[in-house]
Amino acid sequence: MSLKLITSHIYKSYDGKPVLRDCSFSLEKSGTYVLMGPNGCGKSTFLRICALLEEPDRGEVNYFSGNALLKKNIELKRRVTLLLPRVGVFNTSSFKNVAYGLLIRGMRVKEVRDKVGSALEFVGLMHKKNQNALTLSSGETQRMGIARALVIEPEIIFLDEPTAFVDEENKEIIEDIILRLKKSGTSLVIITTHDRIQAEKLGDWLLLMKDGRILPP
Amino acid sequence: MDSIIQGFKEAFSLILNLDQELFAIILLSLKVSGTALIIASATGFPLGTLTGLKKFPGRGLIISLLNTFMGLPPVVVGLFLYLLLSRSGPLGFLVLLYSPVAMIIAQSVLAFPIVAALSHSAIIKVDPIIRQASRTLGAKPLQVTVAVVKEARYGIMSAVIAALGRAMAEVGAVLIVGGNIAGFTRVMTTTIALETDKGNFELALALGIILLMISFVINMVLYVIQKKGVVQAE
Repeated sequence: MSLKLITSHIYKSYDGKPVLRDCSFSLEKSGTYVLMGPNGCGKSTFLRICALLEEPDRGEVNYFSGNALLKKNIELKRRVTLLLPRVGVFNTSSFKNVAYGLLIRGMRVKEVRDKVGSALEFVGLMHKKNQNALTLSSGETQRMGIARALVIEPEIIFLDEPTAFVDEENKEIIEDIILRLKKSGTSLVIITTHDRIQAEKLGDWLLLMKDGRILPP
Repeated sequence: MDSIIQGFKEAFSLILNLDQELFAIILLSLKVSGTALIIASATGFPLGTLTGLKKFPGRGLIISLLNTFMGLPPVVVGLFLYLLLSRSGPLGFLVLLYSPVAMIIAQSVLAFPIVAALSHSAIIKVDPIIRQASRTLGAKPLQVTVAVVKEARYGIMSAVIAALGRAMAEVGAVLIVGGNIAGFTRVMTTTIALETDKGNFELALALGIILLMISFVINMVLYVIQKKGVVQAE
């Protein structure tokens, strides 16, 4: 059964400075959600909290399968993933980078090889599979990061500013990847961006964020 | 000058003729330093990893102590171990003084802070984004630690090789606790010191050349490891 995410009244501060104020959000319908807002409005923090990487100061983040509330354990955490704006590249080949999520799940090598091959193919990086991922360009790094996130077949994928540090050409490639991902319908996608054109191009549902608050639709 | 040239000639002759005494000394040196390195790595690496990854009370003190102990004077270590292991000392009942075991302990004590401090340094240099990235991909806490350690692998290998260099080149502590007994505790560095005192330069020079060659190989390996790490990170 597919995952449902409901966040209610989330508050978060860093060093006494409020970053999120009373953020409530429900992710129930399929499609691609775009969280749009200016830099520093709290989008990334909100995404990290939704992806269970950080705890809110107040408020609740709950995942449901049907009507059943799920425990926030490693099994649940492995059903969602977040692509960080700075991907976080391991000092090894692109192939091994993408394989990481599968290997830590104990998947067999042959299956890993097939899945990683498909993921690299999907983002157009098959020809770079043996290249050290630290030597990829910023656009290629981002695409490698998307492949690394997709290969674990998450039910929800959070993409935090996926085109923030890439050139125009790679931006188009990444947007095309996201559109193909959307079309495949395998994962619920939530993207943050500050680019309105991109938001309209990629999103089915648009959420606006300002000063740590999600604005009413 | 002639005596030096003559010394070199005879030294090469000893090496080329596979002199038994010479090779027994080399073998013992490698055994003592190799064992000491294993002990120092098995204890120093976990401590370096722990201080590199976790924040806990006393962490700063441990790091400062490790950095201080990196420069421990070997003769001081030898003196303390001598007092501990001598017949009237608290560990005298173990009867370890003037044995290869005592030399292994001495070299372990000297190599341990190097492995620990340099491993710590390698771990803290790993970009914090690596931890986050592995968590986003579903890594459990231990798997996150493994990911960070893997990223620090070149630095950790450098730490181990630097510690081996320290152990191999050490003379003061092993001389005090080993006693330089022929065929039992005589290693390369102590033999060089002894034979030089006796004016027997051939064996001293032969061992000096071999020690330099080992040191050169260690440093070449260190250079290659560091270069590989830098090239991959560029």
